[in-house]
Amino acid sequence: MTSAHAEHVNGELPHEPEKATLEGRNKTLGFWLFLGGEAVLFGTLFATFLALRNSNNDGPTAAELFSLPITAIATAILLVSSLTSVFAIQAMHRHDLQKLKVWLIVTVALGLAFLGLEIYEFYEYVAHESFGLTTSAFSSAFYTLVGFHGAHVAFGVVWIGLLIAQLYRKGLTVVTAPKVYVSAMYWHFIDVVWVFIFSVVYLLGKVG
Amino acid sequence: MDWLTTVDHKKIGILYLIAGGFFFGIGGIEAILIRLQLIKPMNDFVSAQVFNELITMHGTTMIFLGVMPVIFALMNAVIPLQIGARDVAFPFLNSLGFWTFLFGGVLLNLSWVMGGAPDAGWTAYTPLSSSTYSDSHGVDFYTIGLQIAGLGTLIGGINFLVTIITMRAPGMSYMRMPMFTWASFITSAMILFAFPAITVGLVLLSFDRILDANFFDVAAGGSPVLWQHIFWIFGHPEVYILILPAFGIISDVIPTFSRKRLFGYSSMVFATILIAFLGFMVWAHHMFTTGLGPVANALFSIATMLIAVPTGIKIFNWLFTMWGGQISFPTANLFAVGFIPTFVMGGVTGVMLASAPADYQYHDTYFVVAHFHYVIVGGLVFGLLSGLHYWWPKMFGRMLSEPIGKWTFWTFAIGFHLTFFVQHFLGLLGMQRRIVSYLPNQNFDTLNLISTIGALLMGVGILLFLYNIIITSKKPKNAKADPWEDGRTLEWSIPSPPPEYNFKQTPLVRGIDALWKEKMSGNKGMTPAEPVGSIHMPSPSILPFIMSLGLFIAGLGFMFSREGFNNSFMSFIFNNYLVLIVGLLITFGAMITRSLIDDPGYHIEPEDQEEEEKA
Repeated sequence: MTSAHAEHVNGELPHEPEKATLEGRNKTLGFWLFLGGEAVLFGTLFATFLALRNSNNDGPTAAELFSLPITAIATAILLVSSLTSVFAIQAMHRHDLQKLKVWLIVTVALGLAFLGLEIYEFYEYVAHESFGLTTSAFSSAFYTLVGFHGAHVAFGVVWIGLLIAQLYRKGLTVVTAPKVYVSAMYWHFIDVVWVFIFSVVYLLGKVG
Repeated sequence: MDWLTTVDHKKIGILYLIAGGFFFGIGGIEAILIRLQLIKPMNDFVSAQVFNELITMHGTTMIFLGVMPVIFALMNAVIPLQIGARDVAFPFLNSLGFWTFLFGGVLLNLSWVMGGAPDAGWTAYTPLSSSTYSDSHGVDFYTIGLQIAGLGTLIGGINFLVTIITMRAPGMSYMRMPMFTWASFITSAMILFAFPAITVGLVLLSFDRILDANFFDVAAGGSPVLWQHIFWIFGHPEVYILILPAFGIISDVIPTFSRKRLFGYSSMVFATILIAFLGFMVWAHHMFTTGLGPVANALFSIATMLIAVPTGIKIFNWLFTMWGGQISFPTANLFAVGFIPTFVMGGVTGVMLASAPADYQYHDTYFVVAHFHYVIVGGLVFGLLSGLHYWWPKMFGRMLSEPIGKWTFWTFAIGFHLTFFVQHFLGLLGMQRRIVSYLPNQNFDTLNLISTIGALLMGVGILLFLYNIIITSKKPKNAKADPWEDGRTLEWSIPSPPPEYNFKQTPLVRGIDALWKEKMSGNKGMTPAEPVGSIHMPSPSILPFIMSLGLFIAGLGFMFSREGFNNSFMSFIFNNYLVLIVGLLITFGAMITRSLIDDPGYHIEPEDQEEEEKA
């Protein structure tokens, strides 16, 4: 399946190393398709949230809970991390391994900052607002949707972290390049999902 | 051990066949028990609780663990061969998909011996499936077992999509692909967009049951109708995910045994795409009686009836393919031709059910049961049996016995009509589905007796098929490359069973029905598109097995995390989520191992290829 695979590894690295082998191209295409499935997954979660967002069962409502400044900061952090992952891919296309690693580390750090804010937010709700998973249908839908996104961010942080370790060990090759490229696609995807969460959950909850 | 680590699509196809066949057998036994309970009025063969478990597990097992894997078995065995590829795009993931399916299925069936099977119907309608009304662990086995198995299906779908998009042989344009490959392609796309919805549904239901969330709990603001929407936005496409591959098989079998090219090939392709599209647009026709209102009911009613148009195109194309052909009737073609009238009957009752006002009468009666069994058994199972008889020599190198095959067909087909034809009338007379028994002298007695006899006869048909497989497995492997002698597509151009690398040289495709085209030009075989050379293959790996095992352990850990055990050690490891964590660590550990160790694969050199050919 990858007769070109072995030869390229030791040869000269092409401009777009992620597309140099059939395996790499398959990976990218397969990942695009996977993201299509993920879009349905989040679509279903959004639909669930929209159906239940006013069913607060005497518990706190969205307007009482949400604080836009914190989520706005979280949004800014995540958007910037998408930009830094673009810088990483650009560095990869220039074959600049050093910059690639640096930008990936920055991306992971921003992802961790975002997660920290989210954990703080959830902690505040549970500890001070008595708003837990079991409070109401709204709370169940909120924690499931936002928590699923958070779990995706956490997964991405671990994943890109492991890729950085691989880059240190193996450098940039036609084997590692598709992995980096695909993880950047993933990162953009969870960023896009967050934009929807910010609009549908937080903005709509505060003013809608 | 070889079988635990294999990443070869042909072997994985055989694994799917064995595992799917096994679960199909379990689902069949459940069906026979259901029919034995209903053989006479006021029967007390099984208790009402066990009856609920039987109907739930029969539906769930047959759809998710019986027919889906057999479809995947044929896809794995055939698609790469039909498009002239050496393998699938992601051999490792292919293996992972199989093992997650198997462990999910095993988990689901463990429920029989671990305190009660799911008992809320295969649709798991809330609130019946909530912990209030279903307080054993049955539905937990359902949500978590299906979650793990569904992961395998999704992986398989993506794998086939990429394989078909990127790995077709030179000249194999989209409009030259065999219909089974086309159907599998569309099916895979449907899997990709339907399965994530049920993933979410199952997560929500497990959260409701295990973590006391409130998605479907009306008292806390949840909505049971939400479950129905999520279930059917997956569930309706799912029935087309099941039937489209059968259409594909029929479209390959009928031209072969008619010695004619498929009539209206391009209309077949577009009809398939149209059916898939409409399949996503009609989910609420399962919900006419939930009170969505006349506008929604009318729209979904009309959209549903529209599906009859592309389906009708297909039916007529098959008939026109046979028209004027030199038809022969080996078992494969018997099932294919037998499929056409049975499927049409299922389709006609489908249009009847699609009429919303009439549906208020048919709703939850045996008329519905008769309808979907005509489509799924009379359509899909006929298609699968056709495909299995047709590709058996390609998969195993041995021809199934034709005389036994004919007995299989006639007993199965007659048993099928006996079982389900009368159920239409039972339904119209008012017999409800999902009910453990019925009172005597309501005109139900004789028809139920006939139905049960039919079910037993179908069982005999399946046993004959098993007997056929057993005696065939003792014969020498002497099937020819093109055992039907009228093979039209690429899989018949290579030895039976194919060597590990499928094609020694990638073939050059010069038209639709590539092999037939070469035969008609007087050529012996396909023209190669590349010189003989060293072939790169991926290495086998045990990691998919370990990853799936980890998920299996994690699933059990999550399910019993709130259980009150008598044993303090058990309470400690389950109630503190230790089992869940260990399971996830196994899975993630295997994933990390996979990512850190590159697979260089190995090469099969031309000399070894010669040797394999002689052997």
